[in-house]
Amino acid sequence: MENEALLQAQSIVLAGQAIGAGLAMIAGIGPGIGEGYAVGKTIETIGRQPEIKGEVTPTMFVGCAVAETTGIYGLFVAIMLLFANPFLKYLG
Amino acid sequence: MNIDVQGPRRMIQLLDAEGNIRFAISESVVTGWLVILAVLAVCLILTHNMQKVPAGKKQCAAEYIVNFCNKMVRSNMGEDCMNYAPYIGALFSYILLGTLISMLGFRSITADISVTGTLAAVTFVLITYNKIHAHGIGAYLKTMINPLNIISEVATPVAMALRLFGNVAGGMIITIILYAALGSASGALYNLIGIHAETYYFNIFQIGIPAVLSVYFDLFSGTIQSYVFIMLTMIYIQMGRE
Repeated sequence: MENEALLQAQSIVLAGQAIGAGLAMIAGIGPGIGEGYAVGKTIETIGRQPEIKGEVTPTMFVGCAVAETTGIYGLFVAIMLLFANPFLKYLG
Repeated sequence: MNIDVQGPRRMIQLLDAEGNIRFAISESVVTGWLVILAVLAVCLILTHNMQKVPAGKKQCAAEYIVNFCNKMVRSNMGEDCMNYAPYIGALFSYILLGTLISMLGFRSITADISVTGTLAAVTFVLITYNKIHAHGIGAYLKTMINPLNIISEVATPVAMALRLFGNVAGGMIITIILYAALGSASGALYNLIGIHAETYYFNIFQIGIPAVLSVYFDLFSGTIQSYVFIMLTMIYIQMGRE
């Protein structure tokens, strides 16, 4: 009987972790919009002045990587929830 | 369906009498030694028998690599920071080869947060040293009165470590999930045409299809992220000097 209760509690915790990981990846929306905007502006600039392509492209990649940071935080939380199982230990 | 996402294994470990682990060396460190040996071998081969006027392709390649690092440091940090060029070159080769080593079947060393955290900590030390060196310890401590500055100071290395780790580890996890899904699809196909998977198991879908994703996650993302890491290192150090 006690085993069954523990199993139920574990199922609830695991389900909550999976849902939480999915919700954490909503953070991917922001970087997607931001990077798309940055790349669009870069292409606009290159279309206007094709000779500065070599200078603009590395700057764009660095800016994209910085804009990606919040999305990576979300991904990190999702990975932690899925594979490190931080809440299972509270069941004892 | 067999999804097996693991952290780095313990390659070498010392146990005490009760069986507790006293000392362990992880897979990332051992793969890191391989990377260091590879870089050393490339350096020794390329710089062997150098001449004043380059005669062979080897010396031209070596000069190209050195010029690449020097040009990058000169354009991002200025002429007075040229003594950082060897460090930047070493960092770039270590991160780039450590990420691309997943193409050979090893686990990427940058898919381990200990490695990226260490590299970011070295960058943090360099930034703080340059700030104190440029403005003096009093001015540095005076900026710490504002608590938001402390947060932004700590957030810099954390963001750098998590950015590299998240990109490489995320790509690795997606590749593992794709392999598992393709294995299930092959099993379903064998069941459909009447071959028992237990007697003859060869995942037909796992040929070729993962290579498309590997080009993005291993080659493109690894190169871009190592470039971004050294670029941010240079920019933050330069910002600390001003």
